[in-house]
Amino acid sequence: QESLVFVLDVSPSMHPYLHHVSKATAAVLERKLFNHKNDEVGLVLFGMEETDNDLRREVGEAYEGIVSEPITLVDGELVTKLRALPRGCYAGDYVDAIVVATDMIFKKYGDGKKGNKRICLITDAQSPIKEPMEGMSMMEQVEKIAEKMEDHGVKFDAAILRMNEEKRESGSESTEILENLASRTHGEVTTVESPLCLFGALKPRTVTPTTLYRGDMEMTPGARIKVWVYKKAAQERVPSLKVYSDKAPQSDALATHVVKMDTDYKSSDDPTVSIPKAQRAKGYYYGQQLIPVTPDMELSLKFTADKGVKLLGFTEAANIPRHYYMKEPNLFVPEPGNRKASLAISALARALKQTNMVALVRCVWRQGQRNVVMGVLTPNLSFEDGIADSFYFNIVPFAEDIREFGFASFDDRPASQLPSKQQEEATDLLVQMLDLSPSDSVESLQPEKTSNPVLQRFYHFLYLKSLNPDALVPQLDETLKKVIEPDFSSEHIEKLQGLCSQFTLKTKNSTKFWKDRIEAAAKDDDAEAKPDVDTSGSGLSFDSFATRQVEEVGSLNPVQDFQTLLARRDSDEWVGKAIQGMKKIIIDLLDSSYKGNTYDKALTCLAALRSGCVMQEESKEFNDFFRVLADKCQGKRLSDFWDAVIQRKLTLISKGEVSDSDVTEEAALAFLTSRTVKEEPTTAEEAEEIDEMDALLGEAV
Amino acid sequence: MESITEDLKTRIISRDSDEVGICFINTREKNNSLSSEGVYTFKELSKLSASFIKDTSSLCENFDSVIGSNDGSNYGARENPLYNGLWVAQGMLGKSATKNLGKRILLFTNNDDPFENADPVTKADMRRTTIQRAKDSQDLGISIELYPMSRPGEEFNLNIFYKDMITMEDDELSNFMVGAEKRFEELKARMRKKLFQKRVVRKITFTIANGTSIGLGTYAMVRPATTGKYEWLDSTTNKPVKSERALICTDTGAIVTESTKRFTHYNSKRVLMTREELAEVKKITDVQLRLLGFKSIACLKDYHNLRPATFLYPSEEAIKGSTCLFIALHRSLIRQKKFALAFHGNSTSPHLVALVPQEEIVNEYGQVQPPGMHMIYLPYAEDIRQPEKVINLSKGGVEIAAKEHIDKAMALIKKLHLREFTVYDIQNPALQRHYSNLQALGLQEDTVEEVEDCTLPDEEGMKRPSIVAVVQAFKDTVYGADHDQEEAAAEAERAKGSVTAQKRKAAAEVATKESEKYNWRQLALDGELKKLTVVELKYYLAGKKLPLSGKKEILIERILNDLGM
Repeated sequence: QESLVFVLDVSPSMHPYLHHVSKATAAVLERKLFNHKNDEVGLVLFGMEETDNDLRREVGEAYEGIVSEPITLVDGELVTKLRALPRGCYAGDYVDAIVVATDMIFKKYGDGKKGNKRICLITDAQSPIKEPMEGMSMMEQVEKIAEKMEDHGVKFDAAILRMNEEKRESGSESTEILENLASRTHGEVTTVESPLCLFGALKPRTVTPTTLYRGDMEMTPGARIKVWVYKKAAQERVPSLKVYSDKAPQSDALATHVVKMDTDYKSSDDPTVSIPKAQRAKGYYYGQQLIPVTPDMELSLKFTADKGVKLLGFTEAANIPRHYYMKEPNLFVPEPGNRKASLAISALARALKQTNMVALVRCVWRQGQRNVVMGVLTPNLSFEDGIADSFYFNIVPFAEDIREFGFASFDDRPASQLPSKQQEEATDLLVQMLDLSPSDSVESLQPEKTSNPVLQRFYHFLYLKSLNPDALVPQLDETLKKVIEPDFSSEHIEKLQGLCSQFTLKTKNSTKFWKDRIEAAAKDDDAEAKPDVDTSGSGLSFDSFATRQVEEVGSLNPVQDFQTLLARRDSDEWVGKAIQGMKKIIIDLLDSSYKGNTYDKALTCLAALRSGCVMQEESKEFNDFFRVLADKCQGKRLSDFWDAVIQRKLTLISKGEVSDSDVTEEAALAFLTSRTVKEEPTTAEEAEEIDEMDALLGEAV
Repeated sequence: MESITEDLKTRIISRDSDEVGICFINTREKNNSLSSEGVYTFKELSKLSASFIKDTSSLCENFDSVIGSNDGSNYGARENPLYNGLWVAQGMLGKSATKNLGKRILLFTNNDDPFENADPVTKADMRRTTIQRAKDSQDLGISIELYPMSRPGEEFNLNIFYKDMITMEDDELSNFMVGAEKRFEELKARMRKKLFQKRVVRKITFTIANGTSIGLGTYAMVRPATTGKYEWLDSTTNKPVKSERALICTDTGAIVTESTKRFTHYNSKRVLMTREELAEVKKITDVQLRLLGFKSIACLKDYHNLRPATFLYPSEEAIKGSTCLFIALHRSLIRQKKFALAFHGNSTSPHLVALVPQEEIVNEYGQVQPPGMHMIYLPYAEDIRQPEKVINLSKGGVEIAAKEHIDKAMALIKKLHLREFTVYDIQNPALQRHYSNLQALGLQEDTVEEVEDCTLPDEEGMKRPSIVAVVQAFKDTVYGADHDQEEAAAEAERAKGSVTAQKRKAAAEVATKESEKYNWRQLALDGELKKLTVVELKYYLAGKKLPLSGKKEILIERILNDLGM
C-alpha cells in the first residue's frame, strides 16, 4: 500500500506543459485504480490565485497560492480533477508546497502508519524561492525538511521539466536543493526533456524489492563474499483478465460471473474412466517411443544442486557477447550493513572494469533446486555517496541453448547486392543524422524514461470503460506515439528521402505473407464453398470443416494444406512436415498418372513447393528434390512432364532468391537446358543399369 | 560397434526423425534383399527406437554366433562383397518412405585392399564395377563417407583402392586420415543436444523511413533448451490419457462453450472487454519494425535486456535491394560504433529494441559467427528497478575500494583467468541428466550413466599454492588479517542462538529437571494428577516439548495421552 501526494506547479511558466502533466499524473492514477485500489492519493497545487490549505488556516499567514486536496482513497473523481488542472497566475514557491504536503502526510498518518509514503513534485523550477525564515540559510531550511521526512519515512521524488533548451541552464540551484532532498530520502530526481519522459519519470507504484538469494558468493572454497541478489528488471505485462460467463441471469446482483477451468484426464481405452493424478505419469519421447516417468522416479532421478553461488573464473568481456544474455537481469549487492562485503565487491568490480573482464558464476538460488544457471557478472560502479558498487548479473546460455546456423558471408554476395561507396556514405550520413545520443549527457528515448505505451493505453481504456461500458478503444496518446514512430522535422524528412533514394528497393507483388494469402484464399473459398456445403446437406457443418486443424498435406487440396502448414507457428516441425508431405504428393501424382492426367496438379504443387521453399529459405530441400525429380522424369515415361516443367520455367532455387543456396543464377537457368541436351547419354546409362540389375536378379534366382 | 551405439544414442535425442539401417559386409551368413553373398542386413532403414539401440548394442556380444565374419576367401572368386554391400545399402536408402532427405552411407572398414584375394583375372573388373557403383550412388544424391580403421602395425593405405572410390583430390588425401580419426572420435563423443534446422521465425519488414523498407528474416539463435515435450500416460497401462477441458460457470454450474468476453474489477465497477477489444488495445502499430534512430554502443547497458535476442539477416524475397541497404547500414554502424534503436511492433508484446551489428568471423573450420544484427529487447521505465538505491536504507555504511584493494583484486583476476572461455564448453547438467535418465529407462539399462556437472568450478585447481596465496592476499587486504577468526567467533555466537532462544533453552532444562522429581505414571494411575498445580503439570509438558496451552483438564489429558493411558 502506498500514500502519494502530488505536488504540482501550475504557475504561468508551467502553462505550456500543464496538459502533459495532467495526462501523465492521471495515467498514474488510472493504473492505481486497477491493482492498487487501496492506495491513497492527495494533491497540492501551487502558483494558484487562491489559497486553501490547512497550514494557512492554522498559521493565518504565509503559504500563499497553495491549494490542497485531502488525501483519500484513489478514485475516479481525482482522475477527473487531474485531467482538468487549473492554471495559476503567480510564480509559486515549491519549498512551501513541499512543507504543506509533508504536513498533510503527518496529520493523516502520524507516526504509526506503515507502508510507503511518497511526495512527487512536478515543476520547472523557474519560479524564485522566497527568502527563508530569519536566521536560517536556504540549505538549513531544506535540511530541516529532509530530517522531518526521514523521520516519518517519507520518500521524495521530483520531476524537473527542462523542455525548453534555452532554460536548461537556469534553475541549477533548485536542482541542487531537490537532489539533496531526494538523496536524503532515497527518492529520485528526474530531469524531463520531453513530454514523453514525463510519463516514464512518474512511477505508478513503489516496488519493495525482495531478494532472490541471500548468502555467500564463493570465490574459492576459502574465500567468500556475502551478497544479496535482487531483480534489476522485470517485465510488467498487460494484466490477464478473467473469463466472463453470461450464464447467470442479469437480475442476479450477487453473481460472480467467474468461469472455472476444469481439466479431466480420461483413459484412452474407456473414455468414461478418469485417471487420478497419482496414477498419471509423464511420457517423454525417446526416439519414436514414449518413456513413462512416474513422479517418484522423476524425484529420485532428477538433477539436484546445493544452494550457493560459486565463481568459476574470470574472462575477457568479449568472450560473452551481448546477445548471449538470456533473461531479465539481476543485481548482486553486498550484504547491507556489511562494510567488508561492500569493500570486497567494490575492489573486484573496479578491477574488472579496469581490465575489461567479467566474472563467470554458477548459481543455485534455493537448496535442492532442479537446475543451475550460469551467469556473468559485470561491474556496476556507483557514482553517488552512500550507494555501494555492485554487479549486474545476466544468465548466459549453455552449449545446448545455442543453435549454430550458417549465413552467407556479405562479401560473397553478388555485386548487385553490395553497396557502392556512395551508398555507404549515405548510410553513414543517415546514422549521424538520426543520432539519439549526440553527447554523453543527452540521450533521447532512454529505456529508463520511456513508458510502455501498451500499458498506458490499456489502463486508459479500462478507465473509459468504467465510465461508459460502450467506450471505444482510444487512440494512442500523441505523446506516446513518439515511442513507436520517429518524429522528424520536415527538413529531416527531406534529407532522409535524399539518402534513401540512393537505394533502389523494389517490392515484389507476389510476396504477400502466408497468412494474408490464406486469408485471401479463405475469402475466395468462402464465396465458392458456402453454397456447395449448404446444398450438400451432409452432416458436416462448414464451421467444423473450416476450423479443422491441418496436420498434413492431403491429396485433396494439397496446395492449400501446404500453405496452411507453413503458416502454422505453434511448432517448428510443421514446415518440415509440409515440405515432405508436398514432395510425397508430387511423386505420388506422377507415379499414378495415366496419359498425363495428373500433370497439371503436379505442376501446381511443384510451383507451390518452390515458392514455399523460397520463403522458408529451404533451398537445399527443393533443389535436392528437383534434381531427383529431373532424374526421375527425363528420358523416361515422365519426360513429357519434364517438358511442361521446362515450359513453366521452373528451375533450381538460386542464390539470388535464397542467400544460402549453393546454385548461382546462371547455373539454375542452365540446369534446364543442359539436362535436355544430356538426355541421350543418361538414357543409355540408365539402360545399362537396368540390364545389370536383371543380370543380378537372374543370378540370384 | 561401440561408436555406432554411441552415435545412435545421441542421434535419437538430437535428430529423432532420422532413419538408420545397419548392414555388414564380408559376413559368413547372408541376409539381404538381393540374396548377395557376404552381406548381412542387420537392420532395415527405420526410425530409431530403444529396441533398435538395444539390439545393436547386444550384437556386440553375439556377433560371431549370429552373423559371423569371413575373410573373403570362402566365396567364389567372382563374389564381391563390397560391391554387393553398396548395392544393398543403396537399395535400402531407395526404399525409404521419406524421400529426398540427406542420404549417407558410412563405410567402416579396416581392409585397405578389398580385392586382395580375388582372382587376378576378375580383379580389375571388380575394381571397375565397384567404383562405378559408388559413383552411381553419388549421382543419386547418396554420399559415401569412409571411416578407415588401421590394423595393428599396419597403416590404412588409401592409395590401394579407396582414393578412387570416394574420389578425392590429392591435397585432401594427406589430411584425410587425420580427419577421419577425428571424425571417428567425434562420432563417439558427441554431445546430446537436440538439433534444430535453420528456419525463419518470421519474415518482417524493417521501415527505415516512410516509403523505405527492407525485408528481413528473423532467426532464433539462442533459446533455452528444454527437456522436450511429454504426454500424460496412465501409469498402470502406459497408454496416453486424453485430457478434456471444460469451462464451468461458477454461478450456475453450466458448461461455458465459448467465451469472448473478459472482465475485471476496476474503479469499484465490473468492466467487461471483448477479446477483439483487448487485441486492438495491444496492437498499437501496423509497422513491424520501425527505425527510430541511432545511439552509441555505450548507451546499451548490461541491464537493458528482457529475453533472448533474435538474429536478423536480410531477405531479398519480399523487397529486392534489401540486402544492399542492410549491408550498407551494417557497415556504417560498425564504423561509427553505434546501434540502431527501433520499435518492434509484435502484437503480443511490442518493445523498443536495439539492433546491434555483428561482424562475420571465420576460422579454418568455417563460420564461427555469421554477419547480421542481433535484436535485443529493451525494458520500459516501469520494468526497471533500482534495488541498489533502496536497500542501502539500512544503516551500516558502504565502502568504495582504494587502489591497494583494486590491485589485489587484479592479481586475483589474473590468477583465475579462464583463457579462451566459450559457453560451448559448458553443458546444462540438468538437461544432460534428463537425457541419460531417459536413455537408461528406455534401454532398460541397470545404471544411469553419470553425467559430469561441468558448471562446477575447478576446486582442485583452486587449491594450488599460487592461487591460495593470491586469494589470501586479497582477503587480508580487504577483510583484514583477523577475518577468519572474527567469522568463526560470529559463527559461534550465532550457534548459541538469540537471547530469546537461549532463554527458552534454559527454561526447558529447568522443566526437565523439575519433572524428574515426580513419578508421573504412578500419579496418573492413582488419579492424582488433578491435585497438582498447572505450573507442576507444565513441567512435564515442557520437558517433553509438548504444547503448554489450554486449561488444566486439557493439560492432564495431554499428559495421559503421552503416557499412553
